Amino acid sequence: MMANKSTMKTHHEPLFHVVKRDDMSAGKAWLVRISTIVISFIFIGFVSMVLTGKNFGEAFETMFLGAFGRIFDGRMTMLWKYLQDVAILLALSLALTPAFKMKFWNCGAEGQTLMGGLASIICMIELGGKMQTLPLIAVIAVSSIAAGAIWGLIPAIFKALFNTNETLFTLMMNYIATQIIAYYVYIKGGGSNVINPVPYGNFPTVGDNDYFVNIVIVAVITILMFIYLKFSKQGYEISVVGESQNTARYVGINVKKVIIRTMVISGALCGVTGMLLVAGKDHSINTNLVGGQGFTAILMSWLGQFNPFIMVFMTGIVIFLKLGVAKIADDALLNSSFSEIIVGFVILMLVGCEFFIHYSIKFRHNKKEVKA
Amino acid sequence: MKNLRKVLAVVLALVMVATVFAACGDNEKPDTQEKLKVGFIFLHDENSTYDKNFMDAAKAACEAMGVDYVQKTQIPESKDCYDAAVALIETDGCDVIFADSFGHESFLIEAAKKYPDVQFCHATGTQAHTAGVANFHNAFASIYEGRYLAGVAAGLKLNEMIEAGKITADKAKMGYVGAFTFAEVMSGYTSFYLGAKSVCPTVTMDVKFTGSWYDEKAEKEAAQALIAGGCVLISQHADSMGAPTACETAGVPNVSYNGSTLAACPNTFIVSSRINWQPYFEYMIKCVQEGKAIDTDWTGTIETGSVVLTDVNTSVAAAGTVEKIAEVKAKLQSGEINVFDTANFTVGGKAVTSFVADVDTDNDFTPDTEVLKDGVIYESDKRSAPYFNLEIDGITLLDRNYG
Repeated sequence: MMANKSTMKTHHEPLFHVVKRDDMSAGKAWLVRISTIVISFIFIGFVSMVLTGKNFGEAFETMFLGAFGRIFDGRMTMLWKYLQDVAILLALSLALTPAFKMKFWNCGAEGQTLMGGLASIICMIELGGKMQTLPLIAVIAVSSIAAGAIWGLIPAIFKALFNTNETLFTLMMNYIATQIIAYYVYIKGGGSNVINPVPYGNFPTVGDNDYFVNIVIVAVITILMFIYLKFSKQGYEISVVGESQNTARYVGINVKKVIIRTMVISGALCGVTGMLLVAGKDHSINTNLVGGQGFTAILMSWLGQFNPFIMVFMTGIVIFLKLGVAKIADDALLNSSFSEIIVGFVILMLVGCEFFIHYSIKFRHNKKEVKA
Repeated sequence: MKNLRKVLAVVLALVMVATVFAACGDNEKPDTQEKLKVGFIFLHDENSTYDKNFMDAAKAACEAMGVDYVQKTQIPESKDCYDAAVALIETDGCDVIFADSFGHESFLIEAAKKYPDVQFCHATGTQAHTAGVANFHNAFASIYEGRYLAGVAAGLKLNEMIEAGKITADKAKMGYVGAFTFAEVMSGYTSFYLGAKSVCPTVTMDVKFTGSWYDEKAEKEAAQALIAGGCVLISQHADSMGAPTACETAGVPNVSYNGSTLAACPNTFIVSSRINWQPYFEYMIKCVQEGKAIDTDWTGTIETGSVVLTDVNTSVAAAGTVEKIAEVKAKLQSGEINVFDTANFTVGGKAVTSFVADVDTDNDFTPDTEVLKDGVIYESDKRSAPYFNLEIDGITLLDRNYG
């Protein structure tokens, strides 16, 4: 991206160079982000017009319908489904945030969530019918949090004691978790390879709404995570370790302890998400339970600048796009990859705009500018 | 500040262009006429031969019946299936929902309980006759008859090889690549084998399972292993091009499934059987239009046009194949021939006098219903999905795979 050397000229100045900038005000930065989103949406509108033959307004109408359903006709089911999808992606993003803020690259949200889900389904199948629903849900909660935490703890211990590469380690743990689930489904699913929904230990429905409990739980976690990161001593320690481990050691922070503790929290929250997915949604399990959202959540955490409330906004947009564009694709009988391409495109745009918020490009004729 | 103005200018310009486009479209849609709307839920998309077979039929049936339809592809066998059904009903206003994969069933039943006014139809499922949900229905087809006919074509090809001196009668061994060791696959390969045996009495067959409905590499390798093991003709029940292409490379004749593979395998393709879902879709739509109840278990047959064979590739098939297939087909339709006639096979060297099948689904696959009557095992009679899973003499299972 950067021309390091000019081959033609004798005085060595590249055509352009990239300069870090810290001067962009928060307001201006947000204007750039919002503009990026608006431009992306307009682009999506055009692409949809070309591919589906709908006009611009209809494309957005379709997206709206896909995400929220017919809420103006008083049908709220799809809106709740939308909030549920946001809640799950948000929960995963929140789970990853402490780890990433500490610069511990936890790529294992998929595996940690799967293990949490596995603990839930085992409790539901083995204890279902033998306990009251509320105590059963309590057992499910404890065991899935423990399962997720353990799955996060293992790579953390290796990182803290032997300085192993956590990216590879957590990724490998995903594969192990997936295979364990596959084996469990094989045992319990019989020949059909599907575990039929288990009627025990399900989260209660509120009114006609299956997902209310999930959404409330994630809303509470969002607030708690904000407070934890911003106001608690542990949250501050995470920032310091993330900025520089040497500084952390110098001021007397036990880095190993912080790494392990933070990964236990990260894994435990993934475990909670696994429980929300199994006890609060599917009432069953398969290897596709998380469906790659553990990786999307990494981006959400970064784009949300580790701020839980910005993450709400970002996940809200991404899920809107995902559901909305899927509807456009369904209506036009397009391949379902269309939705993935579009969501990928918008995320790329957002990542790109962060680059221009933090760096500026100086061209050669701007000789008066100070070089970096 | 200058940059800011630039950004603003670009955004405003784009917004204006957008508004112009939005304005010139005619938004007055005549949404008044109440057309029936069908919602389809597919496990994969058109890249899977299994789903494509359904998708083509859905399109054809809805166009023929003049109804609207919406489809959702790549819907996993999980709560996502329930969510997809809810979206089709809530957002698109579908009057009838159809799902195409076995594992969708439980989740579709949940949706059916929630929306009693909407009809739910499901292919290959087994629970409708026991679930007690009035608006949930299963459907399948007597594809074993199609496979029997394809087996006849295979048997004739073996006879031709024997007559030409390429193999001796005792070396007439076929190979079969199956997905899973389930009734659906077992019923299929057994009928295929019995079809071949009806014209070539010395035939034997080896079966290998891949453990997946779609695994091109595994299917190819299974076919290659069977060929290396002395199989002179291959057929398969799995959804990829793995086995047919392995046959084409090795020059071994192939009886295909789910549609013609003639284009890719011109020198080895004999014939292919498949289920045509269009008759069922039309039946389903007609029932809803007329407010009639849909059968709890609907089994398509040769008669209904649900069980079909592709054109025979006469450059590979033995002479007289087309005529023989037509003759056997007529006999199947008249009831003169029954595929699972116990006079034609033995299990463990003994004649079969009773067969209690697992008709009512439970986790342990407990056999519960006698399906043998007057020397014939009636497949897809007590429910639409197949339940024949006897391991008859002459067929060797080289491995097993339950998933």
